[in-house]
Amino acid sequence: MSENRGAAVRYDSVQKSYDGETLVVKNLNLDIARGEFLTMLGPSGSGKTTCLMMLAGFEPATHGEIYLNDNPINNVPPHKRGIGMVFQNYALFPHMSVAENLAFPLQVRGMDKSEQESRIKRALDMVELGAFGSRRPAQLSGGQQQRVAVARALVFDPELVLMDEPLGALDKQLREQMQYEIKHIHDNLGVTIVYVTHDQTEALTMSDRVAVFNDGVIQQLSPPDMLYESPQNSFVAQFIGENNKLNGNVTEIGGGECMVEVAGGIKLRADPVNIAGIGSKTTLSLRPERVELQPEKPMDNMVDGKIEELIYLGDHIRVRMSVAGNSEFVVKVRNRGERRKIAAGDIVPIGWAAGDCKALDAVG
Amino acid sequence: MSSTISDPASDGVVRAADGTPLKQRLNRALRREKLRSFLLILPLLAFIVLSFIMPIADMLFRSVENQIVEETIPLTVVALKEWDPASGEAPGEEVFAAFHADFVQAFKDKKHTRLGLRLNYDEPGMSGLFRKTGRPSTKMQPPYKEAFIKVDEDWGTVETWAVIKQASPAYTDGYFLNAVDAHRTAKGIEMVPENERIYLFLFGRTMFLSIVITMSCLLLGYPIAFLLASLPLRSSNMLMILVLLPFWTSLLVRTSAWKVLLQQQGVVNDFLVWIGLVNDADRLIMINNQFGTIVAMTHILLPFMILPLFSVMKTISPNYVRAAKSLGANDWTAFWKVYFPQSIPGIGAGAILVFILSIGYYITPELVGGTSGIFISNRIAYHISTSLNWGLAAALGTILLALVMLLFYVYDKIVGIDNVKLG
Repeated sequence: MSENRGAAVRYDSVQKSYDGETLVVKNLNLDIARGEFLTMLGPSGSGKTTCLMMLAGFEPATHGEIYLNDNPINNVPPHKRGIGMVFQNYALFPHMSVAENLAFPLQVRGMDKSEQESRIKRALDMVELGAFGSRRPAQLSGGQQQRVAVARALVFDPELVLMDEPLGALDKQLREQMQYEIKHIHDNLGVTIVYVTHDQTEALTMSDRVAVFNDGVIQQLSPPDMLYESPQNSFVAQFIGENNKLNGNVTEIGGGECMVEVAGGIKLRADPVNIAGIGSKTTLSLRPERVELQPEKPMDNMVDGKIEELIYLGDHIRVRMSVAGNSEFVVKVRNRGERRKIAAGDIVPIGWAAGDCKALDAVG
Repeated sequence: MSSTISDPASDGVVRAADGTPLKQRLNRALRREKLRSFLLILPLLAFIVLSFIMPIADMLFRSVENQIVEETIPLTVVALKEWDPASGEAPGEEVFAAFHADFVQAFKDKKHTRLGLRLNYDEPGMSGLFRKTGRPSTKMQPPYKEAFIKVDEDWGTVETWAVIKQASPAYTDGYFLNAVDAHRTAKGIEMVPENERIYLFLFGRTMFLSIVITMSCLLLGYPIAFLLASLPLRSSNMLMILVLLPFWTSLLVRTSAWKVLLQQQGVVNDFLVWIGLVNDADRLIMINNQFGTIVAMTHILLPFMILPLFSVMKTISPNYVRAAKSLGANDWTAFWKVYFPQSIPGIGAGAILVFILSIGYYITPELVGGTSGIFISNRIAYHISTSLNWGLAAALGTILLALVMLLFYVYDKIVGIDNVKLG
């Protein structure tokens, strides 16, 4: 990573081990720009929460340094870092009212009463809970508690706010609504937000950039669309969205394309993203909606597949096929109102563009 | 057919399909369930009634029961009704005649000494008087008044008869008066002389020592419970075994161990002398006094403080303290403003448990308390097993019970019993 001066947060060669035997975070380098909404996305145990806890100051880094506004903070205790944090399950103080919860960070900063009150009011109005100041957290619904937690993390005007799976406890509908609200708050206040989640929809909806974690390493750091459109490796392709895998060997490289031979001797044209060279193994990654069933015009890649199963899903039809030895090959056919004459057992031609088919590192 | 589910509009009663009111139907359906669960608890219920509720009720009753006088000397009790101690004269011949008849019968039944003992609680010397009069009473000839006075002059005094008359009713408040250092004299209820007062002082000391023990248990137990709750499961289980270890050792052994440690030639004194902190000539007196009681009982009751504290602290998510720190609170503020208030239910539970246990504690104060460290319970035990004044023991016990209930009520008002969590 370049020495990007002026970043809000910078992880510099950070490593973390709990037991002295295995590294939970392996040599993390990451710059987070001021005002950015960065999401750390990954399966559980991938090290994303550990990275957040090290930034908040609740876990010491085993090696390396974390900088906050270019100041090293390894030896700064959590309460002096001035970072707002929203916890999983909110961690609202149950023995205090909502207003007292919000007053807490202001009281410990010795702010005078009238200033406290105006700030609490502003923060509560921001999350549309102006009338709930005297309630106890237990008297609020999950979504309301969540908003209070957000308001509390913002009430003392931190430049950086950390969120640790804050929407995990909410039901689906509320979760989607809160995603937009948090996004709007971020846009309005211009704070830097570091957000941890294992939910890819959340990550894609809200973030400026997403860091995909696996096995203690950032697999890819990109804006959401890039993450989906051009995954850098098989893990990312598999983790983000739906994905068809075809294993094969590279036979030719040239002209910005490569030729891959998959099972059954079928040769396919692909975009060489992450391959070692001619003769190396590769895994082709292909999004289900980029495949055309019975294409009208010839396409870069044309193969025959056997339809195994049809699932009607309203806006599209999910077709599970056997293609080149892969019986889990999925094609999404948009529902345009026309009746296609296809049934399970049929053998039909399918096609896709070479650019939509990414040749990535080989897996499985 | 009209056996559908009735319409409630007709008479406002919801009916089942066969026309009986639904409530009645439901009760009948539930009755079998209830009966079965009642049968399941029946053995325990019977055991508790027999071994706990009935003895307690009996003891409570004994604190006011006084039928011995009426049963032993029934004729005298009737005859004394006419006599007024305020007249300043001993009762007349008819009372003595009745008393003689009663007394001879009591002597035959060997009951006269028991009565003497009972009256001795009210007036020392009565026991001796009754015993002395036992055999001579059988040879007495009328007039009985002279005959009794001949055996002992006390029979001619107003006080003796006033005591008997006063003790005549079947129920008495005498034991309760005794239990609060008061007694009934010819002039009404009075406190006993200053140098004879003991029970109020003992109640006070029991309260004071119990509070001191509760506080020291809290001071020692809180950090341990905190440590237990914050350690990872494996090491906290190990420590928990250490906390529970005392439960597997006999109470007597633990108490005796403190005797070994704290006595003047004991381990602690030896050590202090060896490091030169204490002169060999004036070794510290740490046992058979209040200090010994407080130390030993704090040690014995400490688990009862730690366990409720631990179970409450275990439920406090570490995220609360983290949240407080992320909001800018230093370690102390985060603890005091966020962690401590959430641990109060555990403090309440532990404190009330230790306090109630210590207020009625008996064995440890008996063994290490000497004279300055004993509790009211030791006095109750003395009256049960040594002085055999069960009435007074019952009165003291009743007062202790009432006191605990009163404190419990006050505690409920201040802390709120629903704030108490045992786990």
